Amino acid sequence: MTRVHDMGGRFGDGPVRPEAEDAPVFAEKWQGRALAVTLAAGSLGQWNLDVTRHARERLSPKDSVRFSYYERWISALADLLVEKGVLSTQDYSDGGTAEPHPLSSRALKAESVAAVLAKGGPTERPLTVPARFEAGQRVRTVRPTANRLVDGGHTRLPSYASGAVGRIVRLHGAHVFPDSNAHGLGEAPEPLYAVAFAASELWAQPEHPNDEVVLDLWQSYLEPI
Amino acid sequence: MPHDDHDHPHALLPPEPALRVKALETILTRKGLVDPAALDELIDAYQNKIGPQNGARVVAKAWSDEQFKKDLLEDATSVVTDLGFYGRQGEHMVVVENTPEQHNMVVCTLCSCYPWPLLGIPPGWYKSDAYRARAVREPRKVLAEFGVTLPPETAVRVWDSTAEIRYLVLPMRPEGSEGLSEDDLVALVTRDSMIGTGLPKVPT
Repeated sequence: MTRVHDMGGRFGDGPVRPEAEDAPVFAEKWQGRALAVTLAAGSLGQWNLDVTRHARERLSPKDSVRFSYYERWISALADLLVEKGVLSTQDYSDGGTAEPHPLSSRALKAESVAAVLAKGGPTERPLTVPARFEAGQRVRTVRPTANRLVDGGHTRLPSYASGAVGRIVRLHGAHVFPDSNAHGLGEAPEPLYAVAFAASELWAQPEHPNDEVVLDLWQSYLEPI
Repeated sequence: MPHDDHDHPHALLPPEPALRVKALETILTRKGLVDPAALDELIDAYQNKIGPQNGARVVAKAWSDEQFKKDLLEDATSVVTDLGFYGRQGEHMVVVENTPEQHNMVVCTLCSCYPWPLLGIPPGWYKSDAYRARAVREPRKVLAEFGVTLPPETAVRVWDSTAEIRYLVLPMRPEGSEGLSEDDLVALVTRDSMIGTGLPKVPT
């Protein structure tokens, strides 16, 4: 029920290699370009953030593992552009024709960049679904972790925290539900909670008895105890 | 299965990453879907304008002004918005305070969620498989790789950013920083101290 991106708790990745604080933002020039092309293509308005994440997650395990971070981005973007009908595989084979595209009026202009970045894309919505839980309450996450609306679909409950008992820390209000929004099924906003789990609830060999992990989880991921 | 075929269109583009990006940019530009000048502007924004200096300003203010800190911990989004630090990937901010009893550390195990308006684009290690895999299971070992050792009486709380809430760590004000101005304090705040994998600099 998992995909390669869901890697919390995994063994075998070796040490973390911190970079200097003043290391370049983009280690290589093409990485900045990959980020910028991805953001600019997003502003054509043909998909949302959850669709983008799911496109990266759907890279084959083989590609996911061998690709570096920004290679995942650019390859998922290439797939998404075809999937949404913006480009065709023919464009990739022959470099594409220079005819104006029906979406070209939506292209992000240099003078709009600052305003677009400053505007952001908030995901909080009015709370229309009643909140079932309150701070301090114990809850259990659903198991298995999986999108309940679309088989193999996008979801944001990591598998390491599936079936675990935690405690509600706070309610963040209602937020767009990724499991629905990634698949064109509407925003379906739901209450979103910060939920704390004791390390001993998640790991066979917790490092310290008082350590915790906190996850932001939608109401559909939680069951009362 | 949602479009789970293995005949991915990206395979039609050149495999070498720099060439793959270039090919895609060229096709999109030719069709008027992407303006290269806008790409330059996006890169410039995150290379030169939006970065950890913004978060450092917020932390230094919180160290200097008790009321500001109280407001920040209560409703970070509106406080940082007032400072002009609202924007993409920082629409819903929560600030978590380090204390002698609790150390906070932020990760995104599912992708690379990070508070862009306050810290900019995440460093390579934050997006690495090793950090994403291990920060939740063995945060103390990961901290040791950053040269940070916590006393046993300090509990670690790892925030896995699984939704659109973005977390900023408010580190403890370092000893010996009494009497420093807000501008001097900014210089002590490191990026890693606001992710929770580092500590602020100690004044010399």
